[in-house]
Amino acid sequence: MLNHDILIVGGGLTGLRAAVGLCDRFNVGLISKVYPTRSHSIAAQGGLNAALTNNPDSRDDSWEKHTFDTIKGSDFLADQDAVEIMCKEAIKIVYEMEHWGCPFSRFPDGTIAQRPFGGAGYPRTCYSSDITGHVLLNTLYERAVAKGVKIYPEWFVTGLCIEEGRCHGVVVLDLARGELIPVRAGVTFFGTGGYGRVYQHSTNALINTGSGIGMAYTAGAPLKDMEFVQFHPTSLIGTNILMTEACRGEGGFLFNNQGERFMQRYVPTAMELAPRDIVSRCIQTEINEGRGFDHPLGRYIQLDLRHLGEKKILERLPGIRNICIDFIGIDPVLEPIPIMPCQHYSMGGIDVNERCVSEVRGFYAGGECSCVSVHGANRLGGNSLLETIVFGKLAAQAIGEDLAGGVPQADEKPILRLKDEVEKKIRRLTEPGRERPYRIHAELGAVMNEKVGIFRTRQELEQALETLIGLKERYRDVGVSSPARHMNYELTNALELEYMLEVSHTIILGALLREESRGAHFRTDFKTRNDGDWLKHTIARRGTDGAPVISFKNVVITRYQPVERKY
Amino acid sequence: MIRESAYTFKILRYDAKEPGSGARFSTYRIRVIPGLTVLSVLIRIRDEIDGTLAFRSSCRSAVCGSCAMVINGKIDLACRTQVAAFDTDTIILEPLPNFEVIRDLVVDMTPFWEMYEKIQPYLIRKSPDPEKEIPQSEEDRKRIDQFVNCILCACCYGACPVLAKEPGYLGPAAAAKLERFALDSRDERSAATLEIVNNEKGVWGCDTLFRCIDACPKDVRPTDAVVGLRKSLVKNRFRKMFGKANHEA
Ligand SMILES: Cc1cc2nc3c(=O)[nH]c(=O)nc-3n(C[C@H](O)[C@H](O)[C@H](O)COP(=O)(O)OP(=O)(O)OC[C@H]3O[C@@H](n4cnc5c(N)ncnc54)[C@H](O)[C@@H]3O)c2cc1C
Ligand code: SF4
Ligand code: SF4
Ligand code: FES
Repeated sequence: MLNHDILIVGGGLTGLRAAVGLCDRFNVGLISKVYPTRSHSIAAQGGLNAALTNNPDSRDDSWEKHTFDTIKGSDFLADQDAVEIMCKEAIKIVYEMEHWGCPFSRFPDGTIAQRPFGGAGYPRTCYSSDITGHVLLNTLYERAVAKGVKIYPEWFVTGLCIEEGRCHGVVVLDLARGELIPVRAGVTFFGTGGYGRVYQHSTNALINTGSGIGMAYTAGAPLKDMEFVQFHPTSLIGTNILMTEACRGEGGFLFNNQGERFMQRYVPTAMELAPRDIVSRCIQTEINEGRGFDHPLGRYIQLDLRHLGEKKILERLPGIRNICIDFIGIDPVLEPIPIMPCQHYSMGGIDVNERCVSEVRGFYAGGECSCVSVHGANRLGGNSLLETIVFGKLAAQAIGEDLAGGVPQADEKPILRLKDEVEKKIRRLTEPGRERPYRIHAELGAVMNEKVGIFRTRQELEQALETLIGLKERYRDVGVSSPARHMNYELTNALELEYMLEVSHTIILGALLREESRGAHFRTDFKTRNDGDWLKHTIARRGTDGAPVISFKNVVITRYQPVERKY
Repeated sequence: MIRESAYTFKILRYDAKEPGSGARFSTYRIRVIPGLTVLSVLIRIRDEIDGTLAFRSSCRSAVCGSCAMVINGKIDLACRTQVAAFDTDTIILEPLPNFEVIRDLVVDMTPFWEMYEKIQPYLIRKSPDPEKEIPQSEEDRKRIDQFVNCILCACCYGACPVLAKEPGYLGPAAAAKLERFALDSRDERSAATLEIVNNEKGVWGCDTLFRCIDACPKDVRPTDAVVGLRKSLVKNRFRKMFGKANHEA
């Protein structure tokens, strides 16, 4: 049986940063279902926030102000101690990434360039053109190569082994060989990313199924704040490829079909740079009230960059321009971009504290699959890349401290039992015929989109719940076309689908219970924030009947008393 | 309204686990709206027609480098190629050349990554790190721009005629990565670290016929890297000959 002191699942920014922090002292293995540089982190465009004060307009910025903006942006649901830690660390990790070779864009004085982003009082988003995720992920992968981290690419984790409150390791399907491999580990860390693909329209990579979150949950680790789903205001119609917030940070405008810069009616102070939850609701309202444009791919609003001029667009947003030309045949230098809001980010996730420690002994999580919580009810742009690297680093420190007295020996027996279970599951899935996985996936995506979207109501959420329970029922009859196990993507999709259904169940139930509107969670039947009843995190555990059981946890408030969130 | 048109997809199938069955084309007819990408049609074929079809994908937006293949004779990313981009309604898909096939359009990328690792693809510093950032001028940052853009998709590797004959050859992507660091104003690698490519399997093996440049979906020019590395190597040799020992490349 393969054995590591520490097993890291996820080759995105979070997983790589954790591995780099631990590999000198421990026997570390890093597993990823794709080559690490294919992870979703590669796609991040806009940048990451740190109060470096490099921008002439940000000389009196500070990590304290970054902390406040983040807490206000979270609609006061973030844990304030954790936000403080993140914003303080931000400055250190940006310099560290730079020292490791990250090619940030530069100001004329040779310092790291910073641009404005939504919901921030100062321009503090550090970037590299519009490929910030690409340069960060490459830099961390390069560091991992330099340090000789043991990486298992195209290994797909099929199950997490938790017995009696302790984590023992995972069971993996080696995609190239098609073999099931049990892996034993003293500590298992998940940096498995978000669940965007449970929604039909999402900016996320196709691999962002949230299977890690679902796996942890089914194995017994609780999830937190799952009802908080971020919808990004500007995705390209059709493919839903992201048009980064930097488009607006650099000065882009939003127009409805009356030629009106409609944000002035909603948030005249911040205009296009109001936080994402607010801008998304404004756009959706414009579309719902008939002020959108019609297109066979859907109704849209215009994102207009033309007034920025060709030079600025080519310098600051070249990738955006290429995407528009390649994917919709529009050159933003000459024409406005047709955009719509869609699912973008998972605020909720595996319940961990500011050390990335979960409730399960030996199991840690960080990055988008986790919920510390530093984003609360709404994440600010540029805070997620930050979270991945900061908490990848802090998780490594915490694990190092926790293992200072020696690495616990994980038990083989529970892992072998899990392997047998997975073996049975795969055999059942590869029996011929019956329900095809893609149909269930498509119906799940549609119902999440229509009924668990930007605007929510009790009635629609109840309908969504009913549909979901029906889909779970039908999942029992899913079968794939071929029993081959190597590079059988239909099989891995079917395995992930089980976890997608579980994740969706927790989102819907959380949204149904939370009878208030806070950040990204907007109930048209409870339109205001209700701190008296709902200033608390929801915790979802899998009940014995398979449905989530929800309990609550207090929000950590240190310096900033909740006030109305106005921009 | 956008109307659907019928397309014929011919896809080369092979399974390294069943070499006996050999390679063969499967043909799929499918109605799609133009404007759809080759990748989205592949997904529909796997979902709706043939669940056994194997291909890689992740970002679907030409940034992750997963989906390089041969599309009607041209190497490109499936996710950024529109089905309507060709003068024909038949689209032929084959796996990336210069690699062993694992299954269908999925090739074994191991040699590509091995070469990547060999050239020390990371910033090497000798000076202590400053408290803040290592300063870099906008100009110096621009010099590495095209090489920074590489998404490690291996389109160039599949197109390289030298690799077709000499599998041990450095290849365009690794050359581009090495030059990305050699050109970085912050990098302090010694002249000796370039020696690894100072041979016929390295930069001197390149025919400089630019196939890699044509194939690159990200406008990287690996041949520029090859030429740049050759110049540095020649310069280093002269330095050595005239006794001006200099460790900085
Ligand atoms: C288009 C886009 C643009 C963005 N831009 C920004 C931005 O400008 N600024 C910002 O702050 N944030 C941005 N974000 C958010 C940010 O990119 C992500 O939150 C972050 O990259 C997540 O990193 P991660 O390490 O947690 O996960 P990921 O990068 O998603 O990595 C997950 C890893 O887990 C592995 N994995 C998952 N499941 C399994 C399994 N079952 N078995 C084995 N391996 C598995 C995957 O292979 C992968 O390596 C953007 C997001 C999107 C969608
Ligand atoms: S120019 Fe050199 S590296 Fe590029 S394809 Fe030709 S031989 Fe290969
Ligand atoms: S140089 Fe271009 S073709 Fe080659 S791996 Fe990089 S991006 Fe792909
Ligand atoms: S799917 Fe990422 S490059 Fe094509």
